[in-house]
Amino acid sequence: MSISLQHISKSFKDVTAVKDISFEVKEGELFGLIGPDGAGKTTIFRILTTLLLADEGTATVANFDVLENYKDIRDNVGYMPGRFSLYQDLTVEENLTFFATIFGTTIEENYDLIKDIYIQIEPFKNRRAGDLSGGMKQKLALSCALIHKPKVLFLDEPTTGVDPVSRKEFWEMLKRLQQKGITILVSTPYMDEAALCDRIALIQDGKILQIDAPKEIVKHYPKSIYNVSANNMYKLIESLNEYQHSYSVYPFGEFIHYTDKRTNFNPEDLRKYLEDKGLKNIIIEPTEATIEDTFMELAK
Amino acid sequence: MKRFIGFIRKEFYHIFRDTRSLFILFGMPIAQVMLFGFAITNEINNVDIAVFDKSKDATTQEIINKIASSKYFSNKQFITNEAEIESVFKKGKIKAVLVFEKDFSQKLIKESVADVQIITDATDPNTANTVNNYISSILQKYGQEINKDIKTPYKIIPESRMVYNPELKSVFMFVPGVMTVILMLVSAMMTSISITREKEMGTMEILLVSPIKPFQVIIGKVFPYIFLSIINAVVIILLSIFIFKMPIEGSLFLLGFESILFIINALSLGILISTMSSTQQTAMMISLMGLMLPVILLSGFIFPIASMPMPLQVISHIIPAKWFIIILKAIMLKGVGLSYIWKETLIILGMTIFYITLSVKKYKIRLE
Repeated sequence: MSISLQHISKSFKDVTAVKDISFEVKEGELFGLIGPDGAGKTTIFRILTTLLLADEGTATVANFDVLENYKDIRDNVGYMPGRFSLYQDLTVEENLTFFATIFGTTIEENYDLIKDIYIQIEPFKNRRAGDLSGGMKQKLALSCALIHKPKVLFLDEPTTGVDPVSRKEFWEMLKRLQQKGITILVSTPYMDEAALCDRIALIQDGKILQIDAPKEIVKHYPKSIYNVSANNMYKLIESLNEYQHSYSVYPFGEFIHYTDKRTNFNPEDLRKYLEDKGLKNIIIEPTEATIEDTFMELAK
Repeated sequence: MKRFIGFIRKEFYHIFRDTRSLFILFGMPIAQVMLFGFAITNEINNVDIAVFDKSKDATTQEIINKIASSKYFSNKQFITNEAEIESVFKKGKIKAVLVFEKDFSQKLIKESVADVQIITDATDPNTANTVNNYISSILQKYGQEINKDIKTPYKIIPESRMVYNPELKSVFMFVPGVMTVILMLVSAMMTSISITREKEMGTMEILLVSPIKPFQVIIGKVFPYIFLSIINAVVIILLSIFIFKMPIEGSLFLLGFESILFIINALSLGILISTMSSTQQTAMMISLMGLMLPVILLSGFIFPIASMPMPLQVISHIIPAKWFIIILKAIMLKGVGLSYIWKETLIILGMTIFYITLSVKKYKIRLE
C-alpha cells in the first residue's frame, strides 16, 4: 500500500476536523478526496505529509510511519499545498532550480518527468512567479513538487481558482504522471473532476461517506433521477419544491435533477402539475445519477 | 552543502529584490549617524543671555565682556528692572540672566565679597545645568585672576582633566550607541521578518516537507544578514572616523571581532523572535517595541545607567546592548585590549548561546 490511514482523528481546540478516518491507496493509484470546503481534506493532507500530528490512529506513506519515520517521508513525497506557496519574488526558473537543489537534484536530471508541464511555462521562465496567471502558477507548483521524482504526490485542491481549460489540461497531466508509476492523492471540491480518479472518497464534516470507484459510487444511488426543464427556471424550482411528492430538487447545469418520493412515479403526473402552474416547454426525461447527486444524497 | 548554498542564494535574491527594505537596511545607519552626530548634541554654543547690571562699573563690565566673548554665550540685551527678567524668559530666546548687585566693584574691594546671581531657564534642565556650570567656571576663573598677587594661606584648587574625550564631544558618546542600536535592530528585525515571511506565505510548509533540515534553514536565513550587518558596521565606523574624527584607539581587529559577536547575538535574538511569532507584523512589533526601547533607554546609550533606579539597573544587565556599548567605548576611546573586556565579551557570548539553544528547542518541525 502506498498510503494507509487507520482510524485517524484530529481536533483543533473544540472543532473536530477529521474523525476516525481509514482508507488505503494502492501503489500507482490516482485517488481523489472529494468534499466541500471545511470537510477536513487539508487536515488529512497535512497529517500524511507529517505537518500535523494526529490525535488518534496511525498512518503510513510509502511504508513509512508518519510519526516515527517522518524524515523518510519528507524525502520521498511531493506536496503541493492548497494555497500557492512558491516564492513570488523569484522567477519561474529560480523557483524550480531552488526546489531541485534542496531536494538534492537538478532540473536536467528529472527533466523528462516535468517536461510536459514545464514546456508550457518555459516561455515565461524569467517572469516572477507572483506575476503568473492562476493556471500557470499551478503548473509551476506541480513542476516544483515533481522535480525530485517523488514516490507519492499530494495535491491539495490543485485546480481551485483555475479556468476550465487549464483544469482539463491539469488532469490530463495527472493521468500521464500516474502512468509513470507515481501514486497521487488529490483533493477537489469539483464533482466533475472526481470521475477522472481511479477511486474516490466522499468526505463531509471530517467523516468519510463512501469510498469506491466513481462508476460504482453512482450505482449506489437508490432512486431514479429525472432531468426537468421549462421556460422559467426560477418558477420551475419553486414549483418542484412545492410539489407534495418531491424528494429532492437540485439545479444541475441547464436542467433540474428531480427525484420523487413514490416508487411508482409517473412523469406525466408531474408534467400535468407543472402545466397547471403555468410553465411551458416542459421536458422531463430520465437520466443517470452523477457523483454530485450521490454526494447530495449521502450528505442529506 | 549544495542544498545550503542553494538556500543562501535564494535568500540573497529575496534581499536584493526587496528594494524598499534594502534602502532601509543601508539608509538607516547613515541617516542615524548623521542625525546623532550633527543634530543631537549635549554641547552648548552661542546661548543667548541677558544681563541685569545694577552696578555698571569697570569690574562688571569686564566680567560681562569675558562671558560674551566666549563661544558659548552671546549677550543679547541689558535689563533695567527686576520685572523684566520674567518677561525675557517668557519670550523664550534668553536662556540665562546674570544679575550683578549694587556697588559690585566697591563691595569687592571693601568687603572682598560681591554677589552675582545666575538665573537659568530650566524648562530644559540639561541646558540649564550646562549653562550654569559654564558661567560659574568663567566667574571662578576671573576670581582667581584678580587674586593672583594675593597669597591666601589655605586654598584648595581643583585641577581637573578630562581623559579619553577631553573636548567632551557628544558624538564620541553617540557613535557607539548608534552602532549598537542599528546592528541590534537591523539584524534582529530583518531575520525575524524573513523567517516569519516564509510562514506567512506558506512556503515554510513546503520547506518542512523537504529534506532540508531546520538548522540549515535557520543558518541559511542568518548567513546573508551577517554579511549585510558587517557592511553596516564598517560604514558606521568609517563615517565616524572620517566625518566626526572619532579616534579608534584600540585594535581594529578586536573591534571587528566584538562587532561580529554582537551581530550574531542580535541575529540569534531575531531567530528567537521568529519562533514566537507567526506573522511578519508581530515579528516587527516585537523587534521594534521589545528591542528598540530597551536598547535606546536602558543600555547607557543616552541615560547613564548609574543614575537609574535600582530595578532598572538590574534590568539593564540582561540587555546585550549595554555590554556591547561598554566594549565599544573601551576599544574606541580607551584603546584597551581583550584582557580588560573579557567579562563583557563572555556575557554576550553566553547570551548568544542561550538564545540559540532556546530557538532550536522552540523551532517547530511541524505546523503546530
